Amino acid sequence: MPVIFNQHLEENMQKWVCTICGYAYDPAAGDPDNGVAAGTRFEDVPDSWVCPVCGAGKEDFAPEG
Amino acid sequence: MPAIEIKKNIYWVGAIDWNLKNFHGYAMARRGTSYNAYLVLDDKITLFDTVSEKFKWDLYHQVRSLVKLEEIDYIVVNHVELDHSGALPFMVDKIKPEKIFCSPMGEKAIHDHFHNKEWPLQVVKDGESISLGKRNVTFMETRMLHWPDSMFSYIPEDKLLISSDAFGQNIASQKIFDDEHDLNLLLSEARHYYTNIILPFSPLVQKLLNKVQEAGLEIDMIAPDHGVIWRTHPDRILEGYAEFAAQTLKPKAVLVYDTMWGSTEKMVKAVADALTEEGIDIRMMSLKSFHHSDVMGEFSDAAALVCASPTHNNGMLPLMSDFLTYMKGLKPKNRLGASLGSYGWSGEAPGAIARVLEEAGFELPEKPLRTRYVPAHEQLAQCKELGRTLASAIKARTQA
Repeated sequence: MPVIFNQHLEENMQKWVCTICGYAYDPAAGDPDNGVAAGTRFEDVPDSWVCPVCGAGKEDFAPEG
Repeated sequence: MPAIEIKKNIYWVGAIDWNLKNFHGYAMARRGTSYNAYLVLDDKITLFDTVSEKFKWDLYHQVRSLVKLEEIDYIVVNHVELDHSGALPFMVDKIKPEKIFCSPMGEKAIHDHFHNKEWPLQVVKDGESISLGKRNVTFMETRMLHWPDSMFSYIPEDKLLISSDAFGQNIASQKIFDDEHDLNLLLSEARHYYTNIILPFSPLVQKLLNKVQEAGLEIDMIAPDHGVIWRTHPDRILEGYAEFAAQTLKPKAVLVYDTMWGSTEKMVKAVADALTEEGIDIRMMSLKSFHHSDVMGEFSDAAALVCASPTHNNGMLPLMSDFLTYMKGLKPKNRLGASLGSYGWSGEAPGAIARVLEEAGFELPEKPLRTRYVPAHEQLAQCKELGRTLASAIKARTQA
């Protein structure tokens, strides 16, 4: 069980970095101040969401690493 | 310097920093700069921005020539960077304002700068308006132009945009309006400022310009926080920003280099000769003579960057490292590059430069080129060959 859980978690753990300001979206933390619950994959973040630091759109993010 | 009325009952009350040469420690400002602040006399007397702490008494006396400080009701903080907020604690103490307006990110930045102040901050959201009596102020968030807290204040009744750092230039002059200066010089200074401060955020500038256009804002004056006020040519600086943000490139190459005994400089001259023969506009810039910010000012509209350094202690010379770090951070887009240099026995510098250029997204049509010790005619011919290949790539890119 724990193994499956970890795999699942790892899949969701891809961080995305704002190419404008360098902010990193961490799915584990989400962005609760702006209505994105902790544990939300970047792909599932609403398209209307913007970078909480600089206001860039989702299209300006790139996967970290 | 007296306060100057820029619109009926709206005054420039800023300070002029005639002697500044190094702007914030990273960019040269050879014409000095100004810290512009504006005072609106209305039912609610409002001060827009302040100045650098060093100039707080200049601001004080400017304002005091118009009103007593305690008569001021509101302060608007469009940008928390210290050249505009350094005098803020001093002015808040004198004014004791009813409200201080700032953006959501501005509130955080004010707390992180000034700590534990019991100030009457009022956060305004993008598009929110307040009334000053006869006038209204609409706030527009302009995050990362050029800090997260940045915002514009727009006064529709006066068609006045108080634009914080956007549209600014580093110019110290008692002539505070655009029509009192040569327009080309102003646009050139605005480009230098843009390239060294706002270039990394170009995608956001394009979005903002679209937003301003869609909102149908009538603008007949743009009052930035540095340099002159655009009262006659606001359209020209808006067009200029659209062009700077699009990074429209010319068939031009900047050849930036450092050299020890002149070998690398000879190689660069050979590349420059070939580029010139192919009709490419060139600028040769030794980093011993040109500051990294002035190189970037020239590179702003150039399709290609040639970087050259001899190898020293298995790497490039430190001025080239400095330049590349600075250049990469400004994120120029869609550029061509080349690297070269002389060496004695190991020759790592051209390869190390090429790696940085590739990381920065440059396309390199030729491999790094190096010459042992002093280039002979044959090696200079190779440099010219590199120049010709680069010229073809520049033409293909700028004609497309």
